[in-house]
Amino acid sequence: MALASRLEKTVKGTDLSLAGEALSLDRTGALWLPGHRTLVVSDLHLEKGSAYAARSGQFLPPYDTRETLSLLHEVIQRLDPACVVALGDSFHDARGPERMEPGDRAMVAALQEGRDWVWIAGNHDAAVSEGVGGRYCETLALGGLTLRHEPRPGAEAGEVAGHLHPCGKVSMRGRSVRRRCFIGDGRRLVMPAFGAYTGGLNVRDAVFEPLFPDGFTAYLLGDGRVFAIGRAMLGKA
Amino acid sequence: MPSSDLPRPFADWFAARGWSPRPHQLALMATVQAGRSALLVAPTGAGKTLAGFLPSLVELAATPPGKRGLHTLYVSPLKALAVDIARNLEAPIQGMGLPVTVETRTGDTPAHKRARQIQRPPDILLTTPEQLSLLLAHREAESFFAGLRTVVLDELHALVTSKRGDLLSLALARLRRLAPEARAIGLSATVREPDALRQYLVAQTPPPSAEADGTPLPVPLPDLADLVVATGGARPELRMLDIGRTLPLAGHTARHAMPAIYALIRQHRTVLVFVNTRLQAEYTFQELWRLNDDTLPIALHHGSLDASQRRRVEAAMAAGQLRAIVCTATLDLGIDWGDVDLVVNVGAPKGASRIMQRIGRANHRMDEPSKAYLVPGNRFEMLECRAALDAVEEAAQDTPDARIGAPDVLAQHILGMACADAFDPPDLYAEIVSAAPYATLSWEDFEAVVDYVATGGYALRAYERFAKILRGADGKWRVRDARVAQQYRMNIGTIIESTHVKVRLGRQLRGKPGTVLPRGGRVLGEIEEDFCETLTPGDTFLFAGEVLRFEGLAEDECLVTRAGPGTDPAIPSYAGSKFPLSTFLAARVRAIIADPFEWDRLPRQLSEYLAQQRRHSVLPGERDLLVETFPRAGRHYLTAFPFEGRLAHQTLGMLLTRRLERAGLRPLGFAANDYGIAIWGTRDVGERAALAPGFVEALFDEDMLGDDLEAWLDESAMMKRTFRQCAVIAGLIERRFPGQKKTGRQVTISTDLIYDVLRRHQPDHLLLRAARQDAATGLLDVTRLGMMLRRIRGRIIHRSLDRVSPLSVSVMLEIGRERVYGEGADEILAEAEAALLEEALA
Repeated sequence: MALASRLEKTVKGTDLSLAGEALSLDRTGALWLPGHRTLVVSDLHLEKGSAYAARSGQFLPPYDTRETLSLLHEVIQRLDPACVVALGDSFHDARGPERMEPGDRAMVAALQEGRDWVWIAGNHDAAVSEGVGGRYCETLALGGLTLRHEPRPGAEAGEVAGHLHPCGKVSMRGRSVRRRCFIGDGRRLVMPAFGAYTGGLNVRDAVFEPLFPDGFTAYLLGDGRVFAIGRAMLGKA
Repeated sequence: MPSSDLPRPFADWFAARGWSPRPHQLALMATVQAGRSALLVAPTGAGKTLAGFLPSLVELAATPPGKRGLHTLYVSPLKALAVDIARNLEAPIQGMGLPVTVETRTGDTPAHKRARQIQRPPDILLTTPEQLSLLLAHREAESFFAGLRTVVLDELHALVTSKRGDLLSLALARLRRLAPEARAIGLSATVREPDALRQYLVAQTPPPSAEADGTPLPVPLPDLADLVVATGGARPELRMLDIGRTLPLAGHTARHAMPAIYALIRQHRTVLVFVNTRLQAEYTFQELWRLNDDTLPIALHHGSLDASQRRRVEAAMAAGQLRAIVCTATLDLGIDWGDVDLVVNVGAPKGASRIMQRIGRANHRMDEPSKAYLVPGNRFEMLECRAALDAVEEAAQDTPDARIGAPDVLAQHILGMACADAFDPPDLYAEIVSAAPYATLSWEDFEAVVDYVATGGYALRAYERFAKILRGADGKWRVRDARVAQQYRMNIGTIIESTHVKVRLGRQLRGKPGTVLPRGGRVLGEIEEDFCETLTPGDTFLFAGEVLRFEGLAEDECLVTRAGPGTDPAIPSYAGSKFPLSTFLAARVRAIIADPFEWDRLPRQLSEYLAQQRRHSVLPGERDLLVETFPRAGRHYLTAFPFEGRLAHQTLGMLLTRRLERAGLRPLGFAANDYGIAIWGTRDVGERAALAPGFVEALFDEDMLGDDLEAWLDESAMMKRTFRQCAVIAGLIERRFPGQKKTGRQVTISTDLIYDVLRRHQPDHLLLRAARQDAATGLLDVTRLGMMLRRIRGRIIHRSLDRVSPLSVSVMLEIGRERVYGEGADEILAEAEAALLEEALA
């Protein structure tokens, strides 16, 4: 795999630039903006497990919120951001915050301690209730970047969005690997979902076409690092 | 015994046909009339089914109709079998003019008929285990079954070895409570140790609790149903097909034997050609048609074909229009398909009982011998065929292991019981432990399952207010509401099909290669989604008797075109065999290898091959494990020959690879077949063994089943698949039905994600325990691996060789044929990433 290691040295698959801003794609699916000391995570979908129990009587393990927050804790410890931005759909539904266990609530408060915390509105949690700290906004402008939940076709360069839960599939020699991924074309970046129970939408789905009319690169979250994969190597469905 | 033992219309009916009732038919009737349950063991063609129904028909003939409720319940593993039996019962009932009604109840029975059956049940109802569970969960179950007198369980040997058997055992326990007078009749093919089946049929007495001073009381003998054995029956004429040429050392296709098989088809009236996998069926079908200059009607039958196509083949067979059917296990059981005068089994027999069952498909008359050929695909399969021939000669059988009832099945059953009526925990517990598979279930474990059913069984009590079953002030549990009961009904059953996608023939647009019309052609059948996932457009594979080219996935359909003539299918898929070699047959194979005096009975090419191995390296003794290390083409290999079946070997391979990794020996991958494994890497294990005596012994130490196994299970894809099945059966996630579309990214939550979260936060959760219990015997065969490691302790023979030995060649040939393990996801991704760079540099 000589080529792959060369690639690692020359391209540095995980560092990108978007609208003049330096970005670093973390293998957890978080986005690090070193220039702003800001960490962005998208689609946490906290309390998704309990939403299922309430709605359909399916008792998924009620540990997804804890799991997601633990992963977030690990990234925050590592990078020590001055600001954390949750890019929408932070809770699976508007009543999610009410159902949160006291222990998990305390964990959110501890993570917010000493740093700015922004909840961007999503479609699942457009009206996040009070009591989970931080501040709320529809979109956030950071330098040349615009952070919003749902990507808009034809939006200005520098859009960073979530919502679509992109994932990519690579098939080779009778094996296939399916992973969450970032997807970008140098003008726009769509982030993977960060939540423990969040599924994925294949980047070859038609939904992505108007967003990336001139093609894209997917950045798949591997076990050890992030891998930059061209469209040609990505399987459908 | 004279037929005068039968009441009048029956004796006359037998006599009019020139028949007399067989001894086992009368013996079974006597037992059942005495109010006892019984197991009838009889070979195919012995009139097993009639024997099972005779006591009921005699009783019903003597009871005035009108005031009767359901008298006899018949449960079969196959829907088609129930329908077929209904047809077969018509002859005696109409022939004798008996006032007896017979109906079937399957998934195909229309709703109005189901409702009517509850109100006005027939005398005899024929159904499947799943439908029985649904009936028992019905609010009317108590009155519906109150008058039940007999339960007939057909093909019991095939049912009890699975989770369906667990479910049926619980249903039987409930029936015993609703109808204490009912007798159970089990019908089984020949089994070596029938006691497990005899226990299954009757209530087990719970072991007494210890004396007050703590001294445990002696465990009572298990309760057994009576045993009735049909004796006699002609010995089958079974032979190994000799094609007069040397067989390859690996591969299962038996390509070389196809002309001989075709010749057999020409010489016989109707031939059943059994194979072990769907892919092998496709291959064999295609090869036979390539040779079919006489255009004999040869058909194909396997579980993935479109149902209507299968029905057509079955009808043609029954009408005697076919000369041969190439088929898989779908035709192992049950129905009489016309006048089969020869059975050909292609590939390894894998188990003595399986081969007996298949041979029995030829000639359904007990007094005439069935005729069959075994066709080995390679030299090792010759060994296996020899062992199977010996086993059939001695009428020796594999023993189905008695199962420990699965907790996920119990969870499903408990919810069903709550749907039927409020239950009192001690009563339900007593009922459940009377079922043989659950006889050892502790009260605590029972309570844990009830807790799981109620709120998910989580240490974090998050779902109390959403509970599915609620405990009332009277201490009884009741189902929460009609929606929960509906959910139960939708998710009943233990058979979790891997998700299938339709294979649709698309049309290639003229002049535009690579463009395929998404809709258009007909549906050829269904293939596993997992298999489909691994295909990339342009890949060719065999399906429905054709070489197809994969074009892409469109709306959950696998779109294909016909590949050009002469195209070889590129994707081998499951070229290996699906069933692992049975323990019983494996031991016989080892015994043959170990004893050169046995070799006279082997084909010459095989004995010569074994002699070469003895000269070059060594042949292991019956209980030994041979390990060889040797260099080849710049890599170092380790091979081992436990003969424990592919599943156990794959697990062994994963664990050994981890150990070698830790010892700094840099393994790169491994391959496994039914007989052994090969591991390769950049460093020499033999050299390390020379420096550190005892290294090889330590490598195969039993302690690999401790932490190494745990660590691997955590991330094993097979473990995740096992967990998914448990989660569906236990109702944690809902079943996906064929045809139901995935409607977007947030509707279904991947069970892999659930598995990861659960094992990190509550590793002792019921469903994880259930999945581990399955792994022990299922896809990972850990139990068997453990038995092997104990067997070989102190009996490892290591040979450091300068080149590959004859024995090792066989497993080396699997490399590249079977999927290579030990290759991580990141390696695949890195390779795909490299392609991007190449593109950029181009």
